[in-house]
Amino acid sequence: MTTSIKHQGGFIVSAGIAGVILSPVLFILISGISAEPDIWLHLKQYVLPGLLKNTAFLVTGVICTTACLGVSLAWLTSFYEFSGRRYFEKLLLFPLAIPAYVMAFIYTGLLDFSGPVRTFLRAHTPELGAFFPEIRSGWGAVLVISLAIFPYVYLMASSGFRSMSRSMVEASQSLGGGRLFTLLRVTLPMARPWIFGGLILVFMETLADFGAVSVFNYDTFTTGVYKAWYGFFSVNAASQLASILVIIVLLIFATESYFRKKQQFYNRGSQQQIQRQTLNGMPHILASAFCTGVFLISFAIPVGQLLVWAIEAFEVEFSTHYGKLVTNTLFLGLMGTAVTISVAVILAYSGRLMKDMKTGAVAKLALSGYALPGTVLAVGIVNVVAGVDKNLLGALNVLGIPISGNILQSSLVLLPLCYMIRFLTAGYNPVFSNMTRITPSIDEAANLMKISGIKLFSKIHLPLIRRGITTGSILVLVEIIKEMPVTLMLRPFGWDTLAVKVFELTSEGEWERAALPAITLVLAGMIPVMLLSFIGRNKERNKK
Amino acid sequence: MCLNVDGIHKKHNRELIVAKDISFTIKKGELGALIGPSGCGKTTLLRMIAGFETPDQGTISINGQQVFGPGKNIAAENRGTGMVFQDYALFPHLSVIENIGFGPAKRKKKDLDKLISLTGLTGSENKYPHELSGGQQQRVALARALAPKPALLLMDEPFSNLDISLRERLSEEVRYILREFGTTGLLVTHNQHEAFAMADKTGVMKDGILIQWDSGDNLYYHPATKEVAGFVGEGSFILGDISPSGEIVTPMGSFESKSPGLNTHPDPVTLFIRPEDIFVDHKSDTKALLVKSHFRGPGRLHTFELPSGEQFICTDTCPSPLELDKWYGISICNRRVSLFNNNQTH
Amino acid sequence: MKKIILTVSMLLIVFSSWAIAAQEELVVYSARKEHLIKDLFEKYEKEQGVKIKYITGKAAVLLQRILSEGKNTSADILLTVDAGNLWHAAQKKVLSPVKSQILNHNIPAHYKDPENRWFGLSVRARTIVYNTDKVKKEDLSSYEALAGDEWKDRLLLRTSKKVYNQSLVAMLIATLGEDKTRSIVSGWVNNLAAPPYSSDTKALEAIAVGQGDVGIVNTYYYARLMKKNPNLPLEIFWADQAGKGVHVNVSGAGVIKHSQKIGQAVKFLEWLSEKEAQKIFADANMEFPVNEAVAPHDYVRGWGKFKESTMNLAKAGELQARAIKLMDMEGYK
Repeated sequence: MTTSIKHQGGFIVSAGIAGVILSPVLFILISGISAEPDIWLHLKQYVLPGLLKNTAFLVTGVICTTACLGVSLAWLTSFYEFSGRRYFEKLLLFPLAIPAYVMAFIYTGLLDFSGPVRTFLRAHTPELGAFFPEIRSGWGAVLVISLAIFPYVYLMASSGFRSMSRSMVEASQSLGGGRLFTLLRVTLPMARPWIFGGLILVFMETLADFGAVSVFNYDTFTTGVYKAWYGFFSVNAASQLASILVIIVLLIFATESYFRKKQQFYNRGSQQQIQRQTLNGMPHILASAFCTGVFLISFAIPVGQLLVWAIEAFEVEFSTHYGKLVTNTLFLGLMGTAVTISVAVILAYSGRLMKDMKTGAVAKLALSGYALPGTVLAVGIVNVVAGVDKNLLGALNVLGIPISGNILQSSLVLLPLCYMIRFLTAGYNPVFSNMTRITPSIDEAANLMKISGIKLFSKIHLPLIRRGITTGSILVLVEIIKEMPVTLMLRPFGWDTLAVKVFELTSEGEWERAALPAITLVLAGMIPVMLLSFIGRNKERNKK
Repeated sequence: MCLNVDGIHKKHNRELIVAKDISFTIKKGELGALIGPSGCGKTTLLRMIAGFETPDQGTISINGQQVFGPGKNIAAENRGTGMVFQDYALFPHLSVIENIGFGPAKRKKKDLDKLISLTGLTGSENKYPHELSGGQQQRVALARALAPKPALLLMDEPFSNLDISLRERLSEEVRYILREFGTTGLLVTHNQHEAFAMADKTGVMKDGILIQWDSGDNLYYHPATKEVAGFVGEGSFILGDISPSGEIVTPMGSFESKSPGLNTHPDPVTLFIRPEDIFVDHKSDTKALLVKSHFRGPGRLHTFELPSGEQFICTDTCPSPLELDKWYGISICNRRVSLFNNNQTH
Repeated sequence: MKKIILTVSMLLIVFSSWAIAAQEELVVYSARKEHLIKDLFEKYEKEQGVKIKYITGKAAVLLQRILSEGKNTSADILLTVDAGNLWHAAQKKVLSPVKSQILNHNIPAHYKDPENRWFGLSVRARTIVYNTDKVKKEDLSSYEALAGDEWKDRLLLRTSKKVYNQSLVAMLIATLGEDKTRSIVSGWVNNLAAPPYSSDTKALEAIAVGQGDVGIVNTYYYARLMKKNPNLPLEIFWADQAGKGVHVNVSGAGVIKHSQKIGQAVKFLEWLSEKEAQKIFADANMEFPVNEAVAPHDYVRGWGKFKESTMNLAKAGELQARAIKLMDMEGYK
């Protein structure tokens, strides 16, 4: 294959994938154009300003909180040694297994006026009880959502810090830079791409969140989208609002790309890792206390509460049905992950063949599905697929095959496709950064050995990017296990998942009963999370 | 004096000695070098001076100020040492000028400009490291290390990633710049020629021990031990005996001993001869078998074998080729032969 | 090799759903939660031999799905938990009018679509619940009264985003007119003791501990809560007995126009409207059977009889959009 054909191929493939992904987005954008004017006017005048304010507050709050939490924890565990550091490194990833909406209903249950904490305070210290802040507020939403998603920033920042070469810090020292100076001028700036990567994930997740903010009754853009749809029954108005979301995300992407153009953050020199410095005395105690505190409130306490509730409601709620829920969840998770990672690899591969703006832009577009609220994306997909279905049925009938009903829609094709669009970003990033390990010289050596094409890919490239694929797969799997709105909407008969069950019960106010599927979901999610933390540890071991 | 290292001792993991009682001094404005095989501890020693690693014992003083000693260990950022790293360690997220001006103290613009022109980087101020060639990156690293006007500049194999012609040119430039600034320097390298070309004093290290700290000439012509002799340049070891009359008897001939203080007869002795001190001499009675010969511009390098089985090498700028597996006469210029006791080990 | 297996299995799954059912089956798209319908549907299968396949979800989403699926929709019946949703479905021309003597006989007129496109199957009342320690029965009267100044900082409500409140306000608009309703909602918002709750249950729990004194909820949430904690100081008050009566709503169903099994679907609805199914349907959630010949659950009966509003629930759907706009304008979140 000559280079130019390869390049063309690369672009076509990326464009093809982006096309598939963007079709529902485009559908959304187009329906948005034909929105009903009086609904839109009403929304604009009475609803939109509040939504914008709230969304801005929420997103800013969550980004700041997760940045502080994630970066500080990553900094502590990457550069210092203190009691429990080895455990905390992994434990701090566990909150990833808890969906934000579960975190939300746990904490509102705990800290609400009628919850145990405030009831206790009111009984024993009435003044404190009266002053306790209202959890169902913007601040509460910021806190709870941050607790559920700070591990993304933590994970990325840790990667960035651990990948920094020792000589960077020493160079700064040799130029007179003390610890704080080095942190501010070298460590943090060099980890910026990683930190930003984590923050972008956080940004998009927060924008798209619907479950958690509903528990708080905190109106954001996404709840506005649902209001237009469920309340006004206007998919078009909902699409219009959703389009704004997409545009905001694309703008953020563009800005980030622009600022990153010139700089490079990779040092191709020796990659000796930075040795951890042992802490003593007060700093030691503070570090351990901080990590313990975060772990408690982000994981131990929520899971504890779930266990308490689950045990209470066990008899009422549990049935043999549960086995099916678990297998459904895992099956859909694995299938969705397989599809997503395959697409991610293809996209990253063709992005690697072509390093120009065009393919880069196309790839970015393909990743923007992450910011769409799940159900909105599902609407787009349902409509696109319904169109395809109609034509497909028509064609089949012409061929004399008497099928009725919907082919694609009643099958399990839609769901993994939707998952792929939704979570491509989570799978793509680890795979793509791993691709830098495939250097041109490896390709040349392979060519000399007459290995090319598929063999080249499977025998040589694949092993090199195995780590990226594994990390990406794990991240996507956790996401799919937690996913609720898309699954709720698109699942075929008999394919309820744990997340769907949680929704069904919490939307009826049955918190205790919901705790059972919720804790099962968390346990299911913890398996991939634990795998993820073991990868990190092995990476370190191999480096030694 | 600028750098004074005294009795430095360091053990790794309680077993491996990476530095054993190392002491040496570099005068202000001079450039010292450390050479030795891989793993000899030269880089570790450099890092200990810089403050990136901590010795177990000993003292280090820079410009008369003790930076390491009993109860004292000044942090690396406060030692007044600059460092050029083997991989340059340029900050990839900063431009050339930002790299050079990096540090808590503000650098004066004219100082920076002077450095930039001195290192030949004019025009590249706003480029980023990944846009520069290896040689340019090295210059940036050097300029950056010199910008804070350190008392002592440490260099860890700074030219190892460059090709030969660039290496030679840059090492000259570095020497020149250091002289201009009056900066004292210590260079770690595995390239002996580089060390001898640049440094005033060079130290040969092996297994954590600084065997000899001396000028290049002395290291070459008066190696203190067999290790030094074998490491610095090339040469041949030949066993010999001391005759009752004080003469040294070897398979290559007998001659008077010029080295005092050796054990007398009948202790055996080892001779060390440089290849340029052995000649093909058709008139000589001592004969050796030519086993190998290849061109090494200028002239050839011959490997001969003595009847005793020992082999030695000699360089020959004579144009007439010799035949393999033939015996030829050889003679020695014994003025610069080194003698070692056989029980000298290090 | 692994890839081949994966591909083949995926293809199998894709086409497995084509397997023609060995028996008759009906497909229900249900906004009513699974645990409230599962047993009943299985009973129908046992008795009549028709398997009920169902999928649960939010009403608007289900409706959108039916619309997207168009003529090829697999849905036969749409089951919702609010009349407003049924009205919208009828508006979008998704439901088919049904001529059934049995349905007409079993279901009172104000609980079904005037054009017979949908039918209520159970009744839920949305009425006032109060804290017995803080409030006396005599203090309460109607929904509008709660907007009065005497209730400042004492009222707790659920979010306006929930369809139950949207229907309530829609019915207020229908009976009292838009202007009056506007001032009522505004008064409610002024009287809130805390930001609106995302669920009725939470609101009830808050009233029980005294964050507020009074609220408006669906009776079955009250029933569930009291079952768990019988000692809570909460009591139901039937609102507006002197006026139009308690606001009621229905959980109901309609037959999908493009269904291939309209006959079977109607039969199923008729079965659901008969005594036995009605009892199970209503009791599962402590609601009131729509069939007046069927007595409600004992516990529910213990709340006593009440006058209910007999305005046709189609109005709830008709005025839903206006209700939402009104609530938005008055800042009722």
